[in-house]
Amino acid sequence: MSKKLKAAIIGPGNIGTDLLMKMQRSEWIEPVWMVGIDPESEGLKRAREMGLKVSTTGVDGLVPHVLEDDIRVAFDATSAYVHAENSRKLNELGVIMVDLTPAAIGPFCVPPVNLKAHAEKVEMNVNMVTCGGQATIPMVAAVSRVQPVEYGEIVATVSSRSIGPGTRQNIDEFTRTTAGAVEQVGGARKGKAIIIVNPAEPPLMMRDTIHCLTESEPDQAAITRSVHDMVKEVQKYVPGYKLVNGPVFDGNKVSVFMEVEGLGDFLPKYAGNLDIMTAAGLRTAEMFAEEAANGVIELPSR
Amino acid sequence: MDIKGKNVTLHDMSLRDGMHAKRHMISLDEMVNIATGLDEAGMPLIEVTHGDGLGGSSLNYGFPAHSDEEYLSAVIPKMKNARVSALLLPGIGTVDHLKMAKDLGVSTIRVATHCTEADVSEQHIGMAAKMEMDTVGFLMMAHMVSPEKILEQARLMESYGANCIYCTDSAGYMLPDEVTEKIGLLRSELNANTEVGFHGHHNMGMAIANSLAAIDAGARRIDGSVAGLGAGAGNTPLEVFVAVLDRMGVNSGVDLYKIMDVAEDRVVPMMDQPIRVDRDALTLGYAGVYSSFLLFAKRAEAKYGIQARDLLVELGRRGTVGGQEDMIEDLALTMAKEKGLI
Repeated sequence: MSKKLKAAIIGPGNIGTDLLMKMQRSEWIEPVWMVGIDPESEGLKRAREMGLKVSTTGVDGLVPHVLEDDIRVAFDATSAYVHAENSRKLNELGVIMVDLTPAAIGPFCVPPVNLKAHAEKVEMNVNMVTCGGQATIPMVAAVSRVQPVEYGEIVATVSSRSIGPGTRQNIDEFTRTTAGAVEQVGGARKGKAIIIVNPAEPPLMMRDTIHCLTESEPDQAAITRSVHDMVKEVQKYVPGYKLVNGPVFDGNKVSVFMEVEGLGDFLPKYAGNLDIMTAAGLRTAEMFAEEAANGVIELPSR
Repeated sequence: MDIKGKNVTLHDMSLRDGMHAKRHMISLDEMVNIATGLDEAGMPLIEVTHGDGLGGSSLNYGFPAHSDEEYLSAVIPKMKNARVSALLLPGIGTVDHLKMAKDLGVSTIRVATHCTEADVSEQHIGMAAKMEMDTVGFLMMAHMVSPEKILEQARLMESYGANCIYCTDSAGYMLPDEVTEKIGLLRSELNANTEVGFHGHHNMGMAIANSLAAIDAGARRIDGSVAGLGAGAGNTPLEVFVAVLDRMGVNSGVDLYKIMDVAEDRVVPMMDQPIRVDRDALTLGYAGVYSSFLLFAKRAEAKYGIQARDLLVELGRRGTVGGQEDMIEDLALTMAKEKGLI
């Protein structure tokens, strides 16, 4: 019997397609279904050519096949507006939902920080925060696991070409959600998030700056070690996650400067912000699969 | 140039753009003192916010001496005629900040984006317009793109509900012909009832000349700052500009002697450093770099031994935009490593 968990991707756009390409290399997740609503869409055609079953009528077209195809995990790369319904329909059938939209019905998941805990509890819906959150929260957590962080602030700079109309129309959602996750997952008592969109050509690589204020004098050696360890953890699923400078210490302020280069699967390499979302989403599902295969957790019975 | 008989609305920036020059540390007393002086001088609009707009309070841009709420609550009740505006940069501030400003009596909201990214302002401009505020779309770093691109982005902001569009020379890079071309195109192509404004910086010594060119090309709102207190080499110095407008027969409604006195007696004494075109401020204009990078680059020079000028030129080459202050220390660290200084 294959140890791989069978998966469906909802939303055949840039994110969904990039996810599919990454998934084809996965030892733990097997892509079976691509779910869309427009039969003519490039994304669905591509998925069909890549051998996937395709629904052109949204999640409703997938639901009748969930049990016979043993779909265990679904990735939602649509929008916050439809995610709740998608999640309800699939959770009911025992499908674990990895939410790449800003809906955040389930708990935030940043793999190197809290994925193991979510997997152990068999959370049926986990939310991948935002691109800026995935790129920066591991660094906030790297500081807060050494000593209490009074305030954590992240600045994500992304290329104009890498952010779509959905993010642009509701950019407040990015700043609010990310700031919330800096607190809840990063462990900062208060969080703030800033996003800058840069139109330079050729497009710039995603850059992230993380500032933390520690409550007491920072233990420089321990924080430096913790940051380097955490970078390695993230590099396991995003090899282009790079510490450019830091940690730099100035009084109680700790600053870390990162660059995120994507794998260039479907999305260009500069779009590290999108790549880190798809990679984190896949990593999340893989952890559930690994834990299930090792008998640590039990998936919903069928 | 004949602009005689035209009417312009001047908009003072000393208590917002000036926050950059003061590292966001203006006291409440200083704010109230300057704002009341400006009000008595007949200044119609005064901007009061963190230098980086509502919600700008941060490690990245600097924590201010007081919150936006405290500044606005201190200044607005003291105004007899002047109205108070606030700046908001989507990605930094949110509609929650906007509502707070409106509740405190802010009449004019200015939603600022980089000149190619107007579509991040839809929710903020839409909300301000819905609340019937005087709603301004503020296109920053406007020197970086063509007049046609500025117009395309201005039309987006207009469609979201902005009743005034600014062409903003955040780097103090523009020369008068460019101002004429950009403002002229906005004026001829936007709705007739959409106002056009210009915001200059004095990094190339062109702020007065550029502001005159803007009026000549159809702008009716001009930003400036009493005593020039603002980022880089400062904004268009308003007491000078009022004198020039007087000589040219343009109506601003501002009393020249009174604004001269505010500049000399209230603003200059609180400056941390003279606001002038020093070599670093000149580099901002010459290389086309966001004016508030100035003090960050000077601090990085002091800390890491890399010349501010070299940092600014490289930041210009990389096409950095407003808000990327974090890149300054990052770049200084990288350059210092390359030179073996750290």
